Parts: sequence; C-alpha cells; structure tokens
Amino acid sequence: MAEMTYIQAISDALRLEMRRDQRVFILGEDVGVYGGAFKVSLGFQEEFGPWRVIDTPLSETAIVGGATGAALMGLRPVAEMQFADFISCAWDHLVTVAAKQFFRSRTPIPIVVRLPSGGGFSGGPFHSQNPESSFAHIPGLKVVCPATPHDAKGLLASAIEDPNPVLYFEHKHLYRRIKGDVPEERYTVPFGSANVHREGDDATVVTWGAMVHTATEAAEELAKEGVEVEVLDMRTLIPWDKARVLEGVRRCSKVLVLHEDTRTGGFGAEIAATIAEEAFEDLDAPVMRLAAPDTPVPFSPPLEKAYIPQVEDVVTALRELAAY
Amino acid sequence: MSTGTQTEVVMPQMGVSVSEGTITKWLRQVGDSIGRDEPLLEISTDKVDTEVPSPAAGVVTQILVQEGETVEVGTVLATIAPPGAEVAPPAPAEPAAPSPAPAREPEEAPAPEPEPAPVAATPAPAPPAPPVAATAAGNGKTFVSPVVARIAAEHGIDPTSVPGTGTGGRVTKKDILSFLESGATAAPPSAPAPAPAAETAPPPEPVAQPEPVAAVPEPVAATPAPVAEPAPAATPAPAVAPAPAVAPAPPAAPAPAAAPAAELVAGEALEPMTAMRRGVMEHMRRSVDTAAHVTSAIEVDLARVVALRQKLKPELAAQSVNLTYLAFIARAAVDTLLDYPWVNGELRGQSIVTRPFVNLGIAVALDEGKGLIVPVIRNAQDLNLTGTARAIQDIAERARTKKLLPDDVQGGTFTITNPGSFGTFHGTPIINQPQSAILGTYALVKRPWVVQDELGSDVIAIRPIMNLTLTYDHRLVDGAYAGLYLRDLRDKLESWDEAAY
Repeated sequence: MAEMTYIQAISDALRLEMRRDQRVFILGEDVGVYGGAFKVSLGFQEEFGPWRVIDTPLSETAIVGGATGAALMGLRPVAEMQFADFISCAWDHLVTVAAKQFFRSRTPIPIVVRLPSGGGFSGGPFHSQNPESSFAHIPGLKVVCPATPHDAKGLLASAIEDPNPVLYFEHKHLYRRIKGDVPEERYTVPFGSANVHREGDDATVVTWGAMVHTATEAAEELAKEGVEVEVLDMRTLIPWDKARVLEGVRRCSKVLVLHEDTRTGGFGAEIAATIAEEAFEDLDAPVMRLAAPDTPVPFSPPLEKAYIPQVEDVVTALRELAAY
Repeated sequence: MSTGTQTEVVMPQMGVSVSEGTITKWLRQVGDSIGRDEPLLEISTDKVDTEVPSPAAGVVTQILVQEGETVEVGTVLATIAPPGAEVAPPAPAEPAAPSPAPAREPEEAPAPEPEPAPVAATPAPAPPAPPVAATAAGNGKTFVSPVVARIAAEHGIDPTSVPGTGTGGRVTKKDILSFLESGATAAPPSAPAPAPAAETAPPPEPVAQPEPVAAVPEPVAATPAPVAEPAPAATPAPAVAPAPAVAPAPPAAPAPAAAPAAELVAGEALEPMTAMRRGVMEHMRRSVDTAAHVTSAIEVDLARVVALRQKLKPELAAQSVNLTYLAFIARAAVDTLLDYPWVNGELRGQSIVTRPFVNLGIAVALDEGKGLIVPVIRNAQDLNLTGTARAIQDIAERARTKKLLPDDVQGGTFTITNPGSFGTFHGTPIINQPQSAILGTYALVKRPWVVQDELGSDVIAIRPIMNLTLTYDHRLVDGAYAGLYLRDLRDKLESWDEAAY
C-alpha cells in the first residue's frame, strides 16, 4: 500500500498498463513532451517513447477517430481529452462509429477516453462540465466515474482491459485534494459494482464522482443529529449497480440521488425512475434529486458555489428527507 | 455487508425470478461459533432447496427469522460477530414483556431510543422551496407511503391507528415498525399454527417482476470474457432484448383463499405447503392454462438398446457411469430434436423461437414426494452416449442432495420425464413452460411382438417394448409433426448405431 493522490493513482494505472501490455498507448494534446495539461503522463514519453505517447494536433475528432482506427487494428489506445468539455467535437466518431461498430460488424473497439471533468475552481462554462449522462444514453459506450484513488486506479485498469469504448470521467477537483491508500501492484475494480462509501440505515444517497465526498461530509453532519445516512458510490454508470441501489432503497426507504451534472436528463433521473418502477412499495418518501441547475457552469466563485451542490445543500436535503 | 463489526446474513438471490425464500432449518443457533463458508441454515425457494453458507467467521449473535418463515430476498436473517468480538448478549432482553411470542425479532430495532428529536426541533432551516415537505403537509396524516401501506397490509393493521412522527403527523416506516415491535399488532406475526393463513398469504407485491427484465442485459455486461472479448457488454445485444414479452408473468398469485374456509374433520391433518410444492402447484396450473396439451404415444422395440446396454454397462461402470435406458433415450431424443426445431422451440408472444442447441431438462422426483425439480443439461446435443449418461447421473444426484445451483434449473428447451420406473406404461405429462413439448418414458416390458423372420414371414417373438409419449403444445406443434418426431425417435432407437453415438 502506498498513499497516493487521485491523480497519482491515474498515472500509476496508466504506467502499469503500458508496461504490461504493449498494445496500450496514449494520445492527446500535449500528453507527450509536456506531460499532459494536468501532468498525468509526465515522464511517459521518456519511458515509453514518442510512438506510444503521441502528441496530437488540436483536434478531438482526430484523436478519437485515430484511436478508433487503432483499436480496430488491434491496439488499446487511451485518448486524453484536455477537458471533458471538448469531447463534443468528437461526438460523431464516438457515438456514430465507436459505439456502434461492434453491432454492425462484430469488431470490438477497445478504446478508453480519459475525461478530466467537473468544476469547483472557477473553470467556467467550457472547463467544468460533467457530461456523463449524454454518453450514458448511448448504447455501446461504458461510463466510469471514480471517486477515490483506489477506484481511479482499479477502474482505469478495467477500462483498458474492457473490449468496449469506455469513457473515463476523472474529476479534476479530486486530483490533488483526495488521497488514499492504493495497492502498489496492478488490480482491477469491476464495472457495475457500487461501493458503500459510508454505512447507514436511515436514508441512502446515491451518487458518484466528487459528490461522494460532499455527501459523506453531509452525512457526518446528519450523524450528529442521530440520522445515519448511507453513501453509495456508483463508481460506474454504465453499467450501473441497480441491485445494490434497490437493496439500499429496501433497507432505508428514503433516497437522495445526487450529482454535479445538471438536473434535467441527468443520470439521476434514470436512477430515480428505476427506483419508482422497481421499488415503489419500499419507499417511505418521494425519491429526492439534488443536482446543478439547468444552466452553464458560471465563472464567478460565489455563483459557482451556488451552482454546484455544496455540503450545506446536501445537509438540508437530507434533513428534509429524514423528517418526511 | 456488515454494520460495524457485525456481518449480516441475508436471504440470497437464488436466481433472477426468485423473490423470496423460506427458512427450513437453522444449522447453528445464537451463541454458536461458525467458520466462513460453513453451512449456517437451509432455505427453500420455489426453484431450489439449498444451504446458505456463513459469509464470515465468528459467532452467531442474532437469528432474526425463524424456521418456517418466508421472507424476501435481501432480508437480514442473522448476524455474525467476529470471533472474540464483544458481543452484546443476544437480543431477548429487549421487549419488557416476557410472555408474548418472541418469535419475531425486531427487524432492525432502532431501540426505543429518543427518536431523533433534533428533527422536530430543527424545522428544516427554512428551505427555500421544500417540495417534499409541502407535499407531505398537504396530505397530512392521511397520506400513507407505499412501504407503510405494504407493511400495514402484511400485518393486517390499520395505518391510521399508528402514531405518526413524520411531516404533518404522517406515519413513517419507523413508526409502523416500532408500533409492530411494541406488540400492538392485530395478528400475532408468526405464531406457527394458528396464524399462517393470514401470514403466509404472499405479500401483495409485484413479486420479482422487475428482476428478469433487468437481468437480461446484465449478464452480458458482466462477462467481458477476457479471452475472446466479444459483445460490447454495456449494451443489451439488440437481438436478445425482446425477451420481456415472455418474462414468465408471475401467476397473479390467486391467494390460496379458497381452502381455509373448510373446517378440518376429525382425523384430517393440515400442514403448510413447502415453497417447492407451491412452485410446482403454480407452475402446473399455469402450464395447463397456457398450452394446448396433446399427447401422442409410440411403441418402441428396444431389443438392440438392451443388448448394447448389456455390453457397455460394465465398461462404463468402471468409469463410475451408470448407463441407464434413459441415457439412450435422451441421446436419441436430443439428436432427433435437431430435425424438429419446433418441438425444441417456444412460443414467444406472436413469434416462434427455435434454436440450434438443446438444453435438456430431466424431471427428477425428490424422495418421499417432497416435490419435483427439473435440472437442465446444457448443450445436450454436444454429448455422446457416455456424456449424456454422466450428465444425467450428475444432475439427478445433485438434485437429490440439494446441491443444484440456480442456473442448473433454468434455460431448459425440452424435458424428459421418466415415470416408468414404477411400472406405468402410459401417461400424459404437463409441459414445462415455456417449452413446447415433454417426452415421457415408461416401463420396459416384454411383450409378444410380431416380427419378420429371415425369410420375411411374420412370427411372434418376445421383445422388450417401451411406450414413449410426446406431450406437445398444439398451438405450435401439430399432430403430424409430433408423429414424425416420434417415428424418427423410434427408428433411431430400434436401429441404434453404436458408431454414431
């Protein structure tokens, strides 16, 4: 075990995968000489050479298109978007080609797209989004949202090993803020298996990414009032651990679905609808949702704070839920 | 999952369509120590009877569900504390009243603790727009949440008689659970004899309905087969998706209401139905209500098979394989099915499903009339005679020793039932839904039989004859088609080609 930050865990996973599997290579803007905008691949070009750590032109279309072609030919590309926000440029390659290729001709496209996402540091509307739900809606793509260093490493290994296109949303606000024990050797964390980040029986919070930590802090507040809240970290959205969510609903009967992405059409809506369909008779309160409002992410620090669900917001919501 | 240091033992999910199970026997009691994976209790579901191993090593601290009770999947059955952990003396101390049935342990007993008082004290710090609170206030005490409604119905109590602490005096789940614990319940929850009529009535739940649908895509996802890396797991392979139409609709559990009315006459005994019996009951009724059953029979001269079995038996016995007539018939039946896909097919809505493989179900009767189970031999078409014999022996053995896994009893495409071992020579079995046909095998009897001698003249000989029946669903399989199937099956058996099988 070693203590690592979230971002170190990502680098570590990438390095181990590249050492064990010659098919794995990375490509993206400034990932080589410069080591990546966030320095995830610092020192990689020295270790693996320019042919496995490729600096690309500033074209997300070219990056994802190239990765798709390489995967088709048997390689295991890991593409980096400098910010998750920019992936919209590559929508067509990802959604029209990569996601559908297997269904059209049974050829797998094992690509991973790393997506630094999320706000909390005044990055503004182009550098703060959490576009996971747009892709969760596309059959053929997998969506991964680690919240801890341990999962960041294990899920990236699983993503690279997976035969499908996988979108790996790494939350920028966790990069250097969150530390944790991480095994030094390689391991994988399976997709579709939620993690109980905090135990509790009075209400369950279903969430992922940075909100796992927000929810946990809020739960500690509630504990002082005698209310024990479970925090369920989904870890992956496609596939998502429906069984574990429904188990939490059966036990707690009160649910808060929390995400940093905007509210309308967010993945929380899918979870809430599923609970209503499949666990209606276990509910003791309406399923609550807490998410960002339906606007772009604001620059201004006070506005951004009002925009992204804060610990206080979650505490308020959980109090309401507990009292219902 | 464990709370604190304790590990909870929950009712396991024994197959996607199984929503509940009955505790048949506790193998350990409170205070007993147990190792990880050692059997802790036996349960019975409508699919299989099995043992539940302990998820952790330690000491049994609580048994929350008593023998004979039926509970939903996921219900906590017991708790295990790690060895050496300080264990609070097992629960009983709790209810002050010593007499009333301690049968039902507090489900999650948030001891009569000062109900999170702060909640009332802190009137949710002026939430700007509290839609939730507003709704509740509007409904006031009359609003009964789904889970409260369900618990109330299960215990036959009127929710309005429960003191409510929720918003606007609403009765919360905790309120009704502590009300039940306080003993204020209408009917004793689990007194073994008198109550069961009310208690066993299956909770009016959408049973496991959601699971099958959900489960369709998941298995695909769960197996990103590392080697061949096939399907894009994430997505329900489109071809597979349409299943929901057939998802075995739970038979609108017609509360076994009819019976209880009649009084017992002296000498009559009443016993509760096992989960398996209830499963068989519902399944048989549903099959008869679903399929248009027709049975055709054919007589088969097994002289050649008898001779061959005589010859091969010792050889296979040396490999611990018991070569039965059933193995020959199964082998030939499977082989013939490939030529008659509808007999091995299925009606699914307005469509017909056929398949290039045979998952062969073998009906196995459990000892002492305890029930019937149909374990499945997957891809039976790939097995030769020895393989078929070995597979039948394996599943029959595991069925009788309760070692079957949920997957062993699912996915069958055709079934063979063998009631002939008791001498019966004919029968009309019921089709195992959603399959289209079931083959019955009957007693092998020596009969005077007309055969031709080497000169082509008819003579009467003594031959071993077996009657085989095919009961088929006439919605899909017509009589002529079934007849052809039986004819080919007979021909295969009568002219058994040792090299081919």
